[in-house]
Amino acid sequence: MSPFTFDAVTAVLLIPIVAAAILAILPGYRVTARLNILASLLTLLSALSLLVADRPSPGQYLLIDDLNIVFIVLNSVVAFTTSIFSASYIAHELETGRLTPTYLRFYHAMYQIMMFGMNLAFVSNNIGLMWVAVELATLTTVLMVGIYRTHEALEAAWKYFILGSVGIAFALFGTILVYMAARPVVGEGQDAMVWTLLIQRAAAFDPALLNVAFVFLLLGYGTKVGLAPLHAWLPDAHAEGPTPISAVLSGLLLNVALYAVLRFKILLAASPQAIAPGPLMVTMGLVSLIFAAFMLYRRRDIKRMFAYSSIEHMGIIVFAFGMGGPLANFAGLLHMVMHSLTKSAIFFAVGHIAQVKGTQKIADIRGLTESHPGLGWGLVIGVIAISGLPPLGIFMSEFLVVSSTFARQPLLAIPLVFGLLVAFGALLLRLGGLAFGPPHGSDAPAQASYLPMYAHLALVLIAGIYLPPELVAWFQHVAQLLG
Amino acid sequence: MHGIAFDVAHLLAGSLVLISFMMLYQDRLYALLNVFALHALVLALSVAWQAFTQHAPHLYVTAAIALIFKAIIIPVALHRIIQKLGIHRDIETVVGIGLTMLVGIGLVALSMALMLRVTSAADPLAREDLTFALSVVLLGLLIMITRRNAVSQVVGFMSLENGLVLAATGAKGMPLVVEFSVAFSILIAFIVIGVFLFRIRERFDTVDDRALDDFRGERR
Repeated sequence: MSPFTFDAVTAVLLIPIVAAAILAILPGYRVTARLNILASLLTLLSALSLLVADRPSPGQYLLIDDLNIVFIVLNSVVAFTTSIFSASYIAHELETGRLTPTYLRFYHAMYQIMMFGMNLAFVSNNIGLMWVAVELATLTTVLMVGIYRTHEALEAAWKYFILGSVGIAFALFGTILVYMAARPVVGEGQDAMVWTLLIQRAAAFDPALLNVAFVFLLLGYGTKVGLAPLHAWLPDAHAEGPTPISAVLSGLLLNVALYAVLRFKILLAASPQAIAPGPLMVTMGLVSLIFAAFMLYRRRDIKRMFAYSSIEHMGIIVFAFGMGGPLANFAGLLHMVMHSLTKSAIFFAVGHIAQVKGTQKIADIRGLTESHPGLGWGLVIGVIAISGLPPLGIFMSEFLVVSSTFARQPLLAIPLVFGLLVAFGALLLRLGGLAFGPPHGSDAPAQASYLPMYAHLALVLIAGIYLPPELVAWFQHVAQLLG
Repeated sequence: MHGIAFDVAHLLAGSLVLISFMMLYQDRLYALLNVFALHALVLALSVAWQAFTQHAPHLYVTAAIALIFKAIIIPVALHRIIQKLGIHRDIETVVGIGLTMLVGIGLVALSMALMLRVTSAADPLAREDLTFALSVVLLGLLIMITRRNAVSQVVGFMSLENGLVLAATGAKGMPLVVEFSVAFSILIAFIVIGVFLFRIRERFDTVDDRALDDFRGERR
């Protein structure tokens, strides 16, 4: 193979790193914002080419399979649209002086490093490398959350940092335990951390060690998924950082941690004597869902409210994967994709709304459909989608989760449906005040980019009405892999 | 692994747990930093011993990082930060020291009950190391939870991380250990720089939850 042949896996990793280096040096936000978009587009194209390209055989460090392609493609799509949104958002932040050009350079470089970290976590075949990558992605988001340097932003970043570090530590301890369990079977050294080798031999691992390892991994990575009771960092981090980062946190970073949990769930499922990981995940998922659903009622800050909605939806997704089986896994995957698209679209709308109104307080934002129809209706569609109304995509995935639960564990479906309804009520209650009625506050025209938001919503709408058979077949196959 | 090699490893790992307990009852920041330096020193010795008995020269790098970075540079840097920022030298604790110690004993008992039971198949050294390591991790967590100052939380996190390094070196032949310790060192350097740059004097939590509501923009 000549060194010049196009290698999509390398490209997905190399483009963000090179872009980060360039963006850190270049001055001038117009150029760097566009370059950020360009780099994200190139990463997206490379990620799409993974769909058709021949897959390299799994190596010591890197792996491409059906499962992680879904995550990589979703990651690069949202990263690309967020970079477009970020360009117009940032221009406003510079005007109001909340960010200085120096910090902007830092911001763009960090954005690309975060993409690198996430993509590396997805393609890594080595559980140690995966841990390092997740840590890198987390660290960059901590820095971005604190970028406004206000008291609140620093508080949020510090809290995120401390809780995130504890999560990181638990995840590493779990990783070490997996290595300890694998060492007598696979042998010492590098091989005992390679996921594809682990999965082949998992049946012979010491089940007791694997059980403890999984509890640590679930707690560790679960902190980053935002599962209750380890979610405390999430609302603060979403509310105080720049809104593009809130979109990326909700849409992408939570998925990265979820992906790590799923990899280890597959590993545990391959060992027949180990405990079933399902019930643990089902419990944590349900607790998160119901807890977040009630918390939605008490929110006064618009970004905080949607952060709690992310906890709720991650709860649903973890619940679905915990139930397992082809149908529930399919529903979980679909719900994850739909949630990423919808939630980032909502944050695109919320970011511009908070900018024109100059506040994030729900009480001070009224009648958006009248004062800013483009943003207001975008928010309306987004909230309708996220609360699970037909005909949008989340309705379908939630319906699948509920119906598959009813078919197998009717008793579990009761708290699930209860949580969904509570959250549904809270969101629609708030939406009424936000979107309708007489406008309140500034009605200055918004310098908004509507394209990313409506593109996401259109995708969610299309998915709610018609899913292409190729996609269904692909997801079904992945659902089989997840066991 | 028998005889002297096991005994020395056991002694060093056990001392780490003991020093973690010593951190629990410090009520002066400088004293806490000194005890942490001792913690890092014992960790360096323990890792070096593992490197010697496992014939794993790369572990000497980890030991050197623990010695130079964590036992010398970080405590000195934190000393200076405390002086420059004029941070209160007393440590505010959330609960009383006696209760903290009792919880700490409970945590050590928990980690013994858990790890010794599940690792019955592993070799004795790894078992003991993992048990001690989990104790150190949990005690570090306890320090982070029960302290209010940012600096003492950072110290808690670093002692927690020492426990992870102990676990990683105890797992014989584990790859990437050096990389892990480098990654953690960078992380810690970031925090310390962050504490200094942003002048984080105290933890942000206050008992007064009206103030907390105000921070979050959720005051009614």
